[in-house]
Amino acid sequence: MKSSRLLAWIAIAIGALYFIVPLIGTFEFSLRMRRGEYSFDAYQSVFSDLQFRATFGYSMLMGFLTIIFGMLLVVPTAYWVRLRLPQLRPVVEFLTLLPLVIPAIVIVFGYLRLYNSSSWLPLTNSTNGTNLLLMFSYMTLSLPYMYRAVDTAMRAIDVATLTEAAESLGAKWPTIMFRCIFPNVMSGVLSGAFITFAIVMGEFTMAALLNRPAFGPYLQLVGANKAYEPSALAIIAFAITWLSIGLLQLVSRFQKTAPAKA
Amino acid sequence: MSTASLIDRRKVVDWLGIAPFMIFAIMFLLLPTLYLVTGAFFNPQGEFTLKNIADLTHPTILSAYWVSIKVSVASSLGGAVIGFFLAWAVVLGGLPRWIRSGLLTFSGVASNFAGVPLAFAFIATLGRTGLVTVLLRDWFGFNLYSTGFNLLSFFGLTITYMFFQIPLMVLILTPALDGMKKEWREASEILGASTWQYWRLVGLPILWPSLMGTTLLLFANAFGAIATAYALTGSSLNIVPILLYAQIRGDVLHNPNLGYALALGMIVITGLSNVVYLWLRSRAERWQK
Repeated sequence: MKSSRLLAWIAIAIGALYFIVPLIGTFEFSLRMRRGEYSFDAYQSVFSDLQFRATFGYSMLMGFLTIIFGMLLVVPTAYWVRLRLPQLRPVVEFLTLLPLVIPAIVIVFGYLRLYNSSSWLPLTNSTNGTNLLLMFSYMTLSLPYMYRAVDTAMRAIDVATLTEAAESLGAKWPTIMFRCIFPNVMSGVLSGAFITFAIVMGEFTMAALLNRPAFGPYLQLVGANKAYEPSALAIIAFAITWLSIGLLQLVSRFQKTAPAKA
Repeated sequence: MSTASLIDRRKVVDWLGIAPFMIFAIMFLLLPTLYLVTGAFFNPQGEFTLKNIADLTHPTILSAYWVSIKVSVASSLGGAVIGFFLAWAVVLGGLPRWIRSGLLTFSGVASNFAGVPLAFAFIATLGRTGLVTVLLRDWFGFNLYSTGFNLLSFFGLTITYMFFQIPLMVLILTPALDGMKKEWREASEILGASTWQYWRLVGLPILWPSLMGTTLLLFANAFGAIATAYALTGSSLNIVPILLYAQIRGDVLHNPNLGYALALGMIVITGLSNVVYLWLRSRAERWQK
């Protein structure tokens, strides 16, 4: 028993070393901009870059839109499948898992062939059309996570009884959807939202190939041209991921301690 | 109104409820994929051909697939082995409770910390002027780059990919290890089995569908990844996603339909590993009840 505990400590130590050293290395590198002493010059340079603000803002906006439209698509679908079409469940689950199977670069390749300027639906012809296509691509990427989060939350509530109760009180379907179902699966909606936000903020492939000024392609551009700013940006990106996932885990902890009220 | 038409109307409403999702899935998942898959079997003139598939054996393309497979296999096996030991350490190693929750929280973050920033982190650590490279040189007089090590290579990419592969393994394997009952261990000890015999004859046979399945998932995960590799190596490392990226940008293969075949090859490889993963997972779940 004693030797196994020693082995466990060794495994954790090696793991910690592998995971922490790159973070320390990145942080240390980001402080090296001023010669001979540590300073936050690289961060200052990043924050004062107009491109940084523009692309960061663009990706944040995209993240919010993706979350809103993604949830408007996913929550009613998960609800409807549970309530009326349980036989379609395997099909819907399979479709929501597809974005994990087909690489993102292949999906966006397909978009570029299907929705280019000479196609039947020329979305890439205008800026707003391309923005729309990028949002759809982010919705696709986050579909597996959103659907699973919402569906798990929905498992905890009795959808059928809730719907009948609302109907017998005279509620129409928008009321049922937005005042009964959405509030009851809020923990799932939030979990899905946070992970979607983390995905969208760092996403590179889709935005680069659709030529939109998002944060991911900006990071790549800085990496190719500057020395210390990339490390500062990596630390910032890590902080964003940490924040999103931290909030996600906080939400799912609440979900466990306060089970379904319905 | 007859009852038949009433039933029909109810059915129509049922299907209308799911229509938005179905339209979305068809337009943004199925059609784009089908377009590429069918395009792989036609020439630019629109005639059916298998030449694009045959052309995948061109040395550049073949070597891209080969390097991609090597990186994915190495990083998934490395991620699986290290991830297994970490998960084992926190579940069965008798460590304090806070290490377990710390590792799981960190794994949740690190498995999502991929893409361009991950490449920056490793350049700042193991690049030519990175922290570890400099410290090895100043403290131990050891020049990492004189050993032939290069971050912008197969080995460097593998080490970098493991930063998100190991956490993914930890996240999936921890519940599987939690499901191993104490009684199994006790029973085998009473029957006189050594630790080695327990793992060889009981533990690993139960765990292997989870282990194999997750390794395949990691493989597919690495195979489709592009952002990290692109930010790390530019286009100097010839792997399939980077080749496809260049093809989409500027038709470097001089044949659009060969690009579709390249994409088809990626779908086949990630698709197969996911199918086997799902099959293995359904086997593994028998033991987790």
